[in-house]
Amino acid sequence: MARINNLQDLNKRREQGMASLFPSKTKVMVGEATCGLATGAGLVHNALAEEIEKQKLDIMLRKTGCIGMCYREPLVDVIEPNRPRLTYSRLTPKNVPAFLNQVLEGNHKSKKPYCRIDEDVFIGNGETRRYFSGALPDDLGEVSPMSEIDFYEKQVRIATRNCGYLDPDNIDEYIARGGYFSLRKALSSMQPEEIIEEVIKAGLRGRGGGGFPTGYKWQSCRRAHGEVKYVICNGDEGDPGAYMDRSIMEGDPHSVIEGMIIGAYAIGAHEGYIYVRDEYPFAVNALSLAISQARECGLLGENILDSGFSFDIQIGKGAGAFVCGESTALMASLEGRAGEPRAKYVHTVEHGLKDRPTNLNNVETWANVPVIVGRGSEWFSEIGIENNAGTKVFSLVGNIRNVGLIEVPMGITLREIIYDIGGGTPKGKQFKAVQTGGPSGGCIPKDMLDLPVSYDELSKAGSMMGSGGMIVMDETSCMVDVARYFLGFLESESCGKCVPCREGVRRMRQILDDICAGRGREGDVELLESMSEAIIDGSLCALGGSAPNPVLSTIKSFRDEYDAHIRDKKCPAGVCKELTEHPSQ
Amino acid sequence: MINLTIDGREIQAEEGSTILQAARNNGIEIPTLCYHDELTASGACRLCSVEIKKGKRTRIVTSCIYQVEEGLTVTTHSERVMNVRRLVLQLLMARCPTSEVIRELADTMGVKPQERFQLDEDKGKCILCRQCVEVCEQVVGVSAIGFLNRGADKSVGTPFMEPSGVCIGCGACAYVCPTGHIEMSENENGKERVIWGKTFKMVACKVCGRYFAPQEQLEYIGKKTSVPLDTLYTCVDCR
Repeated sequence: MARINNLQDLNKRREQGMASLFPSKTKVMVGEATCGLATGAGLVHNALAEEIEKQKLDIMLRKTGCIGMCYREPLVDVIEPNRPRLTYSRLTPKNVPAFLNQVLEGNHKSKKPYCRIDEDVFIGNGETRRYFSGALPDDLGEVSPMSEIDFYEKQVRIATRNCGYLDPDNIDEYIARGGYFSLRKALSSMQPEEIIEEVIKAGLRGRGGGGFPTGYKWQSCRRAHGEVKYVICNGDEGDPGAYMDRSIMEGDPHSVIEGMIIGAYAIGAHEGYIYVRDEYPFAVNALSLAISQARECGLLGENILDSGFSFDIQIGKGAGAFVCGESTALMASLEGRAGEPRAKYVHTVEHGLKDRPTNLNNVETWANVPVIVGRGSEWFSEIGIENNAGTKVFSLVGNIRNVGLIEVPMGITLREIIYDIGGGTPKGKQFKAVQTGGPSGGCIPKDMLDLPVSYDELSKAGSMMGSGGMIVMDETSCMVDVARYFLGFLESESCGKCVPCREGVRRMRQILDDICAGRGREGDVELLESMSEAIIDGSLCALGGSAPNPVLSTIKSFRDEYDAHIRDKKCPAGVCKELTEHPSQ
Repeated sequence: MINLTIDGREIQAEEGSTILQAARNNGIEIPTLCYHDELTASGACRLCSVEIKKGKRTRIVTSCIYQVEEGLTVTTHSERVMNVRRLVLQLLMARCPTSEVIRELADTMGVKPQERFQLDEDKGKCILCRQCVEVCEQVVGVSAIGFLNRGADKSVGTPFMEPSGVCIGCGACAYVCPTGHIEMSENENGKERVIWGKTFKMVACKVCGRYFAPQEQLEYIGKKTSVPLDTLYTCVDCR
């Protein structure tokens, strides 16, 4: 791969990328992120390859990342010259031959497209490319444009801008969609302080859940004393049911890399690490390939884009400890020590990895950076609401019709997410609660569904933004059991360093076990509350400090369920086995 | 010097010192379990939690780590602090029901066991204060022991719980253990010492004949300090 030194080189690569994004022959693209592969996308890909080979067809077969509609996977897209892009859903290896024939014949005999895409808007630079010119072909009038289907209508995709649109293994396609132009802009025309100022003005806050203003973090790290500084990307996403970062790393690894290079330049770092959990093998592969491509192109390494600035990235693999998503534990793990957090009275921007100033942001935060630099802070800050600019990626899972990955502007209400985008709860069941913020988030009840989604509002409601897991629960969920499940998760993931977390969460879980088994006692709820207070106050890190949230928030909103378990020995949802009546007995 | 207030008293403390040090230097007692003057504070037990006020914001911090700051107001025994300490002691009583040290400390602080907690039977007296692991690493310098597993299953031991190849049998871990969890025994009238599943031959003092230290320990000291082994074979009392 040739080195990219200047704008001319970059434009040349852009042209190459365009030619494969909008090819002059038929292209078939399979969504092959982990979510797709889990539903059989790999088998569909193989079947397509086989059939193309067998029939000696002149068709490009490519893979792409997760476009978000996980509820419709496996997804296969067909891009033909001067035709709208067509998305077909739920393909199986068996119906591949018939499907390919209909593509060749230009009809919809065996499979109707789920939706179509008429034009592709590159969020990275604002450019729009139409897939066809002139009028819509007659046969496609009945197929809805993707932008108009409920699932997408309210979405704004910045961090996930390329997922499902490009082949993550092809750096040219990333460049064609505006990638690495922001890096060039930063290195050729902006001082580090200017970039930091832009990020501050954009109002970007940490997407890992803490919500700390990213620009101010960068500023503190830039100002910290020390010759050697580090930037880290936290890809240790470990919340049950959450896969936002995985999808970005798998579907658009270059967006993270570009963000990190820009951040490193702004901060004054020359070494970076991406810490990914080893349970994300496809993310590790995608990132490894993207890093080596970026190196070959001179976008990582010495003298990036002929600017004099040097920076490189290494991947550090985590061994699957949830606590290693905590920044100080992550850094300990990167150093080869046990993943235990330390008190953050001294900030990691001053004393972080190897005791050097270190700036850590999560995957989604980094992926936002190139867009902010490319389109400016003003453009970015107009999305979302005051003090909560931009978008947030959520994985919408649980008792919800449209399970998938969504990216929405901040300030959207939970109701809009669950009913408009998610299509509500399935099988006519009543909605009960939505859990945001991961295992240590809180459960938000029905009467708070009009809450705007923002860092501040979710905290006020006793939950938190967290990294973006959103688990919807209907009437068949027992909230005591839910609290017990999350506490059990946190108990097993506690590093065991400090007493309140190691011992306290375990004791709380045991009490919840008792309650669910009909052994609850009067006073248990009050005991859980007072323990929660002490654990929140007394724990060393945020894992323990937020562990009681699921208990506190369910007590607050579903106290009647606790009372029914303890006093009446009944589980209203019929989940807790010991409390479920058997008519035959 | 840094000016701060602890329990209403105006105090001066050296920059870089901790709240715990400042308090103790001024006769204000804060209970600790995992803290040791010679070791890096880990903030693991949380018993030394105190409430600090900076501007309008109050929060709980561990005094063994938190460094003094100008104008800081510290309360060492507020209700919020006591709520943390009470829970910590109740949790440790449930974890280590046989530990006299924990029970006595709870007694002196007026903390009763929480009967709602099921008592553990498999943790011995180990409260995971980390002092043994830290003394082995930071003072002795051999790192023969470390932590195994995580969460409630966390425990201290040698790698794979096999006799350690680097342990010198010095017993520093046992001496520093605040609850007496670590077992160290002597065989055959002191000729052998057993710790962490490994048996060490003890050296008899050249002068008084008392078995006073394992051979491995004396060799280790000899290597570290360049003091001839011959000198080290005389016990400290006889030197």
